[in-house]
Amino acid sequence: MRFVPLVLAYLGRHKRRTLLTMASVALALFLFASLRTVITTLRAAADFGSARRLVSTNASGLIFPLPVAYAQRLATVQGVEKVTWANWFGGQYGDGKRFFANFAVDAKSYLDLYPEMSVPADQKEAFLQDRSGALIGARLVDLFGWKVGQNVTLRGTIYPGDWTFTVRGVYTPTDPVINDDAMMFHWEYLDERSGRRGLAGWYIMQIDHPQNGPVVGKAIDDLFRNSSAPTKTGTEQAFNASFATMWGNVSLLMNTIGMAVVFAILLVAANAMMMSARERTRELAVLKTIGFSDRRLFGLVMLEAGLITVTGAVLGLGAAKVLYKATNFNAAGFLPGFDVTGATLAVGAVIALLLMLASGIVPAVRAARLPVVAALRNVE
Amino acid sequence: MALVEIRNVTKTFHRDAERIEVFTGLSMDIEQGTFTALMGPSGSGKSTLLNLIAGLDKPTSGSVRVGGAEVSAMTAAQLAEWRSRNVGFVFQSFNLLPVLTAFQNVELPLLLTRLSKKEREERVKIALGVVGLDDRLQHYPRQLSGGQEQRVAIARAVVADPTLILLDEPTGQLDAKSSQEVLALLGRLNDEFGKTVIVVTHDPHAAARAKRQLHLEKGTFVEQNQAAMAGVAP
Repeated sequence: MRFVPLVLAYLGRHKRRTLLTMASVALALFLFASLRTVITTLRAAADFGSARRLVSTNASGLIFPLPVAYAQRLATVQGVEKVTWANWFGGQYGDGKRFFANFAVDAKSYLDLYPEMSVPADQKEAFLQDRSGALIGARLVDLFGWKVGQNVTLRGTIYPGDWTFTVRGVYTPTDPVINDDAMMFHWEYLDERSGRRGLAGWYIMQIDHPQNGPVVGKAIDDLFRNSSAPTKTGTEQAFNASFATMWGNVSLLMNTIGMAVVFAILLVAANAMMMSARERTRELAVLKTIGFSDRRLFGLVMLEAGLITVTGAVLGLGAAKVLYKATNFNAAGFLPGFDVTGATLAVGAVIALLLMLASGIVPAVRAARLPVVAALRNVE
Repeated sequence: MALVEIRNVTKTFHRDAERIEVFTGLSMDIEQGTFTALMGPSGSGKSTLLNLIAGLDKPTSGSVRVGGAEVSAMTAAQLAEWRSRNVGFVFQSFNLLPVLTAFQNVELPLLLTRLSKKEREERVKIALGVVGLDDRLQHYPRQLSGGQEQRVAIARAVVADPTLILLDEPTGQLDAKSSQEVLALLGRLNDEFGKTVIVVTHDPHAAARAKRQLHLEKGTFVEQNQAAMAGVAP
């Protein structure tokens, strides 16, 4: 501890450079934590989904609907316990800048299949009773300041016109990977008003046992194979993963470019730290003359590198953790809420440690091995 | 009893292909409590000898003993430990650490001891008091004159109460008045505190302060006089 003021004095020698170096480390680790969080969030989104739920879409693609009449036939497939369906609505609220998922669902059966969505009993009942009612995620309610009982109007993009809904309930996910800024309303309302009758965007089935997924899925697809709208069935995880794979290339790109940027910033920071130590050759020689041992000088230079990287790491990783948590950041609704995981913080800490070693070892060894007489002769 | 005993020391440097022999069998003693001036032309080996005594450099062969310790045989770690306890070193260009105050500069050698913060503070104040700078504790080197800087450097050299104080051209960058102050201070350290002082100098006034003068030329002593024989009044 008694040497800390000495190290702090050195750090304060070029305050601007020290602060910029710390800021570089902080920025690099903030970027690292952010990028890794994007990736872990994408993976979490892809992993979401019960193995007991299957999803059937039109084999020609998600944008093509399926007849709602399939529901009854799906219920007859061996292994299928419950069936529900939904349609993507794609409405916009206000200026439309804040995207959020909104879709029509067969309300009762949908809530039956998703017990992870927790809704107060009275609100659930009110929603089920009101055909123009809407069930909205807690985050979205907070974001727009909506209240239960309030009318909310969306502008249809797929289904033209203004669509007014009454907020009847607020759901809170019990599983954090469930998106909590989506809006659901009654499929019947969409079916009646849109004029496109009897169409479902996708079906969701609860099956008796996760192991039966492939067999039940094949049975469903076989059932509609020769119809005008054949199905493509898979697990809910695979369905979600198909969305995530769209992000996959973006993720790879972000990962590659992002890491290159992070690495470049870290190199700059490491160089600044090494330069700082190089400037002090004379003073290191003086300290040796006074009686500072090689080991002690090694420790002092490493301590200096450590203070810079630890401060930068705490600021960068801490900012990422606190900021994303405090702002409930979720990439404008495209992803579940960002949460910088413990693993990300741990990897960030390891990077900081490696940076400390990379930037500190060379000047520290150099300081330890500094030939005093030669160093003093150069300055005397 | 001799504090410094140098026996048959050779020292050879290599500069590219050139071999430079500074000492070829140098022997000398320096008694405890003396004030010795090492004089001689540039390249005569004065600073090299000082470095050998301080354990900053090692002889090519021969023995350097200080206070009974075989300095020339110590490891780097042992030398560092030994220097911190036994040697105070003063440079021509002061070499105070610019980021530290006078107090902090003087405190540096004490950081290597087991003294508490309070004990360190007391010692630093005493040392700065001895050199007459107890009113400049919180001044940075840039806020001090050259003479004051050198006095702080001397306080740093004596604060750990070493046996031996080595000075390499301590008045080389000072004006006449500051030089006199520093030389008077060295005299006090020798007379009042019994410190063994060895000073490398070109300055005849500085040498005249010493009780013993050693003249080096091409790595050998050419004459040894008492200060009075230097013919320069202090």
